[in-house]
Amino acid sequence: MIDRVLGIDDVIGQLRPGMTIGIGGWGSRRKPMALVRAIARSGLTGLTAVSFGGPDIGLLVAAGCLSRVVTGFVTLDSIALEPHYRRARQNAAIELTELDEGMMHWGLLAAAQRLPFLPTRAGLGSDVLSVNPELRTVRSPYADGEELVAVPALRLDVALIHMNRADAGGNAQYLGPDPYFDDLFCLAAERAFVSCEQIVPTSRLLDAGPPQSLLINRAMANGVAETPGGAHFTGCAPDYDRDEAFQAEYAAAAADEQAWASFRARYLDGDEASYAAAVRGYAAERARSA
Amino acid sequence: MTGAASRADICVVACAQAWRGDGAILASPLGLIPSLGARLARLTFEPELLITDGGALLVAPDADVIEGWLPYRDVLRLVATGRRHMMMGAAQLDRYANQNISAIGAWARPTAQLLGVRGAPGNTVNHAVSYWIPRHSPRVLVPRVDMVCGVGYDRAAAAGIRVPDIRVVVTDKAVLDFGGADYSMRLRSVHPGVGADEVRELTGCPLVVPDDVPVTPLPTGEQLKLIRRLDPDGKREAEVG
Repeated sequence: MIDRVLGIDDVIGQLRPGMTIGIGGWGSRRKPMALVRAIARSGLTGLTAVSFGGPDIGLLVAAGCLSRVVTGFVTLDSIALEPHYRRARQNAAIELTELDEGMMHWGLLAAAQRLPFLPTRAGLGSDVLSVNPELRTVRSPYADGEELVAVPALRLDVALIHMNRADAGGNAQYLGPDPYFDDLFCLAAERAFVSCEQIVPTSRLLDAGPPQSLLINRAMANGVAETPGGAHFTGCAPDYDRDEAFQAEYAAAAADEQAWASFRARYLDGDEASYAAAVRGYAAERARSA
Repeated sequence: MTGAASRADICVVACAQAWRGDGAILASPLGLIPSLGARLARLTFEPELLITDGGALLVAPDADVIEGWLPYRDVLRLVATGRRHMMMGAAQLDRYANQNISAIGAWARPTAQLLGVRGAPGNTVNHAVSYWIPRHSPRVLVPRVDMVCGVGYDRAAAAGIRVPDIRVVVTDKAVLDFGGADYSMRLRSVHPGVGADEVRELTGCPLVVPDDVPVTPLPTGEQLKLIRRLDPDGKREAEVG
C-alpha cells in the first residue's frame, strides 16, 4: 500500500488558478476547513467551487479566491445566510451556477460514472432553467416521450473532503450520522484529497465504526492529511459539534471591513497551528467573561 | 393543562392537518411550528408518517427511539419516488403557488441574496408540498415571485409537466389553498379573531374569498396537551407574528 500522507501545504501545492474544486460536507457540517483556510491564505484565484455551500464558500469568497460558485444553497445552518457570500452576490462580485440540490447530486453522479449527463425532472418549470441558459433538456427515447432536464456532469479537477479517521493509504471513515456526498465528490474528481481528524493504522479503522462507515477507499483518494480540528468551526460529529459561539463571531465579523480585517489577522493569516491557538484563546476569553 | 389555545397552537394544528391521509410517507417540516404539526399528526391521526430528528435519523416523535436512517443522499432519492410531503417556507409566494427562497430582486445582482433554490424545484415537481408563512404580509404573498424556485400551477402548465400537488398554505392569520379557478389562491379558513377582509388586505396578490369562510378549528384538549408536551418551553410562540 502506497503511503499517501501529505501535509496541508502539499495538498494546496497541487492546486492551480482557475481549477474547479469540489468541497465535501453540507452547509456548516464536516467541511474541510483546514484545507479551505489554506486555500484562502494561498492567493489562488479564479477558482470554481462546487459545494453544498457553507462557510467554505464564505471564506473563499472573502479571500478573493473564487470566480464562480456552483451550488443549490449557501448557509451556516444555525445562521441562515452566509454573510460573505450574500454580499458578494449583492455586489455581483462572483458568478453563480444555481442548481437544485437533486441536480447537484445527479451532476456529481454523472461525473463519477463518466456520463455526459443524467436526466431528472428537477428544474422543469422553475427559473433554474432561465438563470442557467446553458442547461438543456432531453426527450425520453421510449414510448413515454417525456422531456427531462439533462443535468451536465459536474467534473471536478480536485475534490477536498474531511473525514473522522483515515489510514496512511487513503482509506477513510466517517463516524457521524450522514456521509453527505463526500464519496461522490471524490469519484467526480481527477484527484481527491482527504483531510481527517486522525490517521490510524489500517488495522485500527474498525475500532470506531463498522465496515460500512469506511466511505472512502484508497482507489478514490490521492492524498490524506491529518488535520485535528480540521473541520472547525463546522461540526464533525462525533469528534466535535459545530462551534456555535465561534461561528457567530465569524458571522458578526463579516458585517464590516474593519471587523473582518481584525478577524482575519487574529485567526486566518497564520497557519493551522496558529489558528488552533487563536481559537483556544478565544474560548478562554469567553469562559472568563461568562 | 391551563389556559386557552394560543395563535401558535392553532397554527400547529392547522399544519398537522396538512398531513392528514398521507400514510407511510416522509413528512418534512421546515420550522418549529410545522415540525410540531408533523409530530402531532404522527401521534394522533396519522401514525404511519415517517419523521426525522432534523438530521439523518428517522425517529419516534417524542421518544429517543430510532426507527431508521435517511441521510441526505437518500432524501434526494426519495424525492423522485413521490413518497414525501414537505412543508417549506417562502420569502415570496404568488397566486399560483410559485415560491421563491433564492434571491429578491434581479437574480444577476439581487437586492437580497437568500438561501438559494435548495430542493424546491425538485420537490414541487415530484411530491406533495405545503407552505408555512409565519408572518402573513403583502411582502410575502406577492403578485409575482422574483425567482421561481418551487414550481406553481401556471409555470407547470406552461412547461407541460404534471400538475403540482400544493396542499395548503398555513399562515399566522389563515389557511389558504389553491382551489380557486385555474388553481388560484383561495381563502380556506381564518384563524379565530381574524376577519376575511384583514386577510385580503395582508395578501399582495388576488385572493378568492368564498361567501362563507369557516374559522380554523381550535385545538382539542388532547391536542393541546400533546403540543405542550412536545414544546414545554413554548418556543412556538416566538415563531408567529
